[in-house]
Amino acid sequence: MAPILTVENLTMRFGGLTAVRDVSFAAAPGAITAVIGPNGAGKTTMFNCITGFYRPTSGSLTLRHEGREVALHRLAGHRIARAGVARTFQNVRLFAGMTALENLLVAQHRTLMAATGFGIGAVLGLSGYHAAEQAAIGRATAWLEACGLIDRADDPAGSLPYGAQRRLEIARAMCTEPALLCLDEPAAGLNPRESLALGELLRAIRDGKAAEGAAPCSILLIEHDMGVVMGISDHIVVLDHGSKIADGPPAAIRADDKVIAAYLGEGDEDEEGAA
Amino acid sequence: MSLARTRRPVLGAALKDAGLAALVAAGLFLPMVGLRTDVGPTGALFLRTRWTDVLLLMAIVFAGRFLLRFWQEWRAERHGPSVQKRLAGPLSRSGRFVAPVLLLFALLLPAIPGIGRYELDLGILVLTYVMLGWGLNIVVGLAGLLDLGYVAFYAVGAYSYALLAQYFGLSFWICLPLAGLLAAFWGILLGFPVLRLRGDYLAIVTLGFGEIIRLVLLNWVSLTGGPNGISGIPRPSFFGLAFTAGGGPGSFADFFGLEPSPTHRVVFLYYLILALALLTNWVTLRLRRQPLGRAWEAMREDEIACRSLGINITTTKLTAFALGAMFGGFAGAFFATRQAFISPESFTFIESAIILAIVVLGGLGSQLGVAIAALVLIGGFEVFRDLQEWRMLVFGAAMVLIMIWKPRGLVGSRNPTVALGEKRTISAAMVAEGRG
Ligand SMILES: Nc1ncnc2c1ncn2[C@@H]1O[C@H](COP(=O)(O)OP(=O)(O)O)[C@@H](O)[C@H]1O
Ligand SMILES: [Mg+2]
Repeated sequence: MAPILTVENLTMRFGGLTAVRDVSFAAAPGAITAVIGPNGAGKTTMFNCITGFYRPTSGSLTLRHEGREVALHRLAGHRIARAGVARTFQNVRLFAGMTALENLLVAQHRTLMAATGFGIGAVLGLSGYHAAEQAAIGRATAWLEACGLIDRADDPAGSLPYGAQRRLEIARAMCTEPALLCLDEPAAGLNPRESLALGELLRAIRDGKAAEGAAPCSILLIEHDMGVVMGISDHIVVLDHGSKIADGPPAAIRADDKVIAAYLGEGDEDEEGAA
Repeated sequence: MSLARTRRPVLGAALKDAGLAALVAAGLFLPMVGLRTDVGPTGALFLRTRWTDVLLLMAIVFAGRFLLRFWQEWRAERHGPSVQKRLAGPLSRSGRFVAPVLLLFALLLPAIPGIGRYELDLGILVLTYVMLGWGLNIVVGLAGLLDLGYVAFYAVGAYSYALLAQYFGLSFWICLPLAGLLAAFWGILLGFPVLRLRGDYLAIVTLGFGEIIRLVLLNWVSLTGGPNGISGIPRPSFFGLAFTAGGGPGSFADFFGLEPSPTHRVVFLYYLILALALLTNWVTLRLRRQPLGRAWEAMREDEIACRSLGINITTTKLTAFALGAMFGGFAGAFFATRQAFISPESFTFIESAIILAIVVLGGLGSQLGVAIAALVLIGGFEVFRDLQEWRMLVFGAAMVLIMIWKPRGLVGSRNPTVALGEKRTISAAMVAEGRG
């Protein structure tokens, strides 16, 4: 099957610093693809390129979804989101002063906006909006249930405990009905029990079983901690010092010498080889 | 025993704090009060020292600061949560009644006995600022865009009406929507280049825009009359019935068989601005519960997250800007028709500052807070006219005190727009102010 996301020769430079260097890989549809690597390897930078927050210095990014090919590296940030790529942030970015439910409704802005006749119809009280809002609330409720947050629906997002905020951010991303969900270190700061539950949730999202009416969704997952990803990933890409050093199924990655060396902090020799 | 142990550090901290304050006071008062040049008997200047006065002032500052600190700490220790926290519950509960009571009062004001021409004029002034505050609240309070040039749209509205009426003889009721549309158009025109800027930069550019509009009005003498302004702006009619002083056929008083009175027009203007203000409020409240309003607030909370959800930041900001500008334009048209004379002098930066002060004091995003702030600020300004320059000092001090006591304004908390269960207000500490 054609990959949902193809990254080709992606390079991102900040002045003299090359944060991502000539990285190519493909993410299969309906799979969880993990990008791992030590701190500073360039994972977040690559994510920011894919989701339109940075414009890559060179290389191409292609999303294939519903028979269409979209060149992500040419689109503005909000259009990438509309093309079907949703993301979460390494430092959670919720609308802290709005309730959990409101956060999920903002995520459905596009569909709701169309239903309001782009803001004007709804002010005048034209029909159709009410039904659309009820449907949006229904979807939000389904995702709040899937993430175990239904009891906190009316609490401000900023008042939720850290783990709940992470799950709410995932729920918010899923409310945009994406084809590809990009998660930046979703397990950071979670305790082992929460990490385990997160793994369950991600697999359910992949298979479209997490919430009522949810479609299967491919996942691109950044993780710093190897242990977390080994259990749930279908495919792993390893970055070190901005370059890809390995690419394959979990079992192969676990046995890869370069990966072991990078994670044991012996990457300094590789750095010169790659530069 | 335990009391003594906890009391001592409080005392120490308060003493230290008061000592510091006294030192600061010394630094200030030594040169300002301690040294004074006087004219001697021979006409020469000589330096007089007043050290006792300085010591006295320092002692006052020390004692005042000490008492304040000591009282604060002591209260915190005895009562746990501070006064504001304990007041928050009853205040928000009584808040539910404040709005309807205020509305009823506003509706019945002209009918209340003892309310004369002066009070109605004051009411019109307050309501104009309430409307401007509500309009700016869309931009600053909901969308979180700091706009220091809001008066520009007020000016565009006023001049639009004055010029359209003068050159094309259009009536007020046709000009009102046109003035709003023109102001919105200018809002979009300004918005396009400016909305890429954030925070302080946006504030400075909007400030500049306000000045540009004023300078154009001042210097384009052939169109706007320059500093002489435009006079003889037609007054609005009541569905075609004019408010002429002498009555006469086709006038309001004649049609309804009333004694001709200049108060009719004032009452009419009062209800007109009340209706315009309520329209602003109604549209804002409605939009807030809909995707556009939610996107504004989300943008205020976190712009980057908004972008990741597919929200077009530029158009969302533009809608807020245009809508705020439109209501500013309506208010401007009203101002022009009420005064019958406008000149660039009415649209200086101080107006923008007052409107912004109303929004910030009232609480960013809170409709009720803005209304109360406008009432207190504009009404208070008028009521204390006798105090002359003192009122500026008093109002400055009052504003500083309010900002210390309630940094997010009188009503800083936020009401959720939807809820599965019961809606609970969100405390001010959670809600972001927005920075651009
Ligand atoms: N906006 C930026 N400007 C300059 N350097 C950056 C920027 N973003 C990231 N970097 C640098 O790129 C490198 C990779 O960072 P990052 O992608 O955050 O790593 P990771 O997410 O894998 O820990 C780091 O050296 C970081 O300092
Ligand atoms: Mg990172």
